[in-house]
Amino acid sequence: MIPDLGKYADAVLWSYAVSIGLLLALVAISVMRGRKVRTEMEKIEQRVTRNG
Amino acid sequence: MTIAARANALWEYANPRKFLATSERILPFFWITSALCLTVGLVWGFFFTPDDYKQGSTVKIIYLHVPAALMAINCWLMMLVTSLIWLVRRHHVSALAARAAAPVGIVMTLIALATGAIWGQPMWGTWWAWDPRLTSFLILFLFYLGYVALWEAIEDPDTAADLTSVLCLVGSVFAMLSRYAVNFWNQGLHQGASVMRAGAITGTDTEEKVSNIFFYPLLVCIIGFVLLFVALVLYRTGTEIRARRVKALLARERVGG
Repeated sequence: MIPDLGKYADAVLWSYAVSIGLLLALVAISVMRGRKVRTEMEKIEQRVTRNG
Repeated sequence: MTIAARANALWEYANPRKFLATSERILPFFWITSALCLTVGLVWGFFFTPDDYKQGSTVKIIYLHVPAALMAINCWLMMLVTSLIWLVRRHHVSALAARAAAPVGIVMTLIALATGAIWGQPMWGTWWAWDPRLTSFLILFLFYLGYVALWEAIEDPDTAADLTSVLCLVGSVFAMLSRYAVNFWNQGLHQGASVMRAGAITGTDTEEKVSNIFFYPLLVCIIGFVLLFVALVLYRTGTEIRARRVKALLARERVGG
């Protein structure tokens, strides 16, 4: 399935692994922090509304 | 609607509620199209393009290296525009958008530097050289780190936004240098622009340019990177707006009781 990359296989595969890994990590960290902050904000808003 | 009225309507998005409502509506489009373009572009480039007659299979690194380098520079330019808006009009959303974009820029610069080093080793015989373009990119990376560190170091958000905006103005020199270093100094290992050059696109100059067989999948990857950048910045700006509200609510609670 993987094309014949010849003597440069390591360079090409490492480039793809590092780049895709970094992009996925960036998306995952952004989404996790986004969810955490949203939940925290909703909790505080509920508390503020309850306490007047 | 006149052009002036349209331009004025843009400022409505400086309202955090309006920004959040609009970004939540359009975000799915950007997430889906970026994933689609990146998948198509990378699969096309990796599996269905031939080796280059000079560079062999390492040419496949172009589909990650060039879009990441483009976004590293353009991310800083986007931060420059939003920082200027903050300095002139004091819209918090614009300052938060710059803050949200910086880590995206860091990752793009890191990908450009890492893939450049991995590509450089077999082609130039070295992982790194103090070449004008490589060096200016490394300095841009350090500016990104400094920008994020400055935001984290200052507690008052308005003061942090002021100082980081000034840092952004200074760093813009290096963002421009990393794009045009090859033209300014005309030396070093890194080749000149062979993709995003007016003459290369229109075919009006005789300098070497990327063949269309590599250019089309590369274009799809570039579009994918741009869409991913927009999705990430919109999403992360929303997070920064909410984090700011959390701080404000907690402060109000402390004062109140």
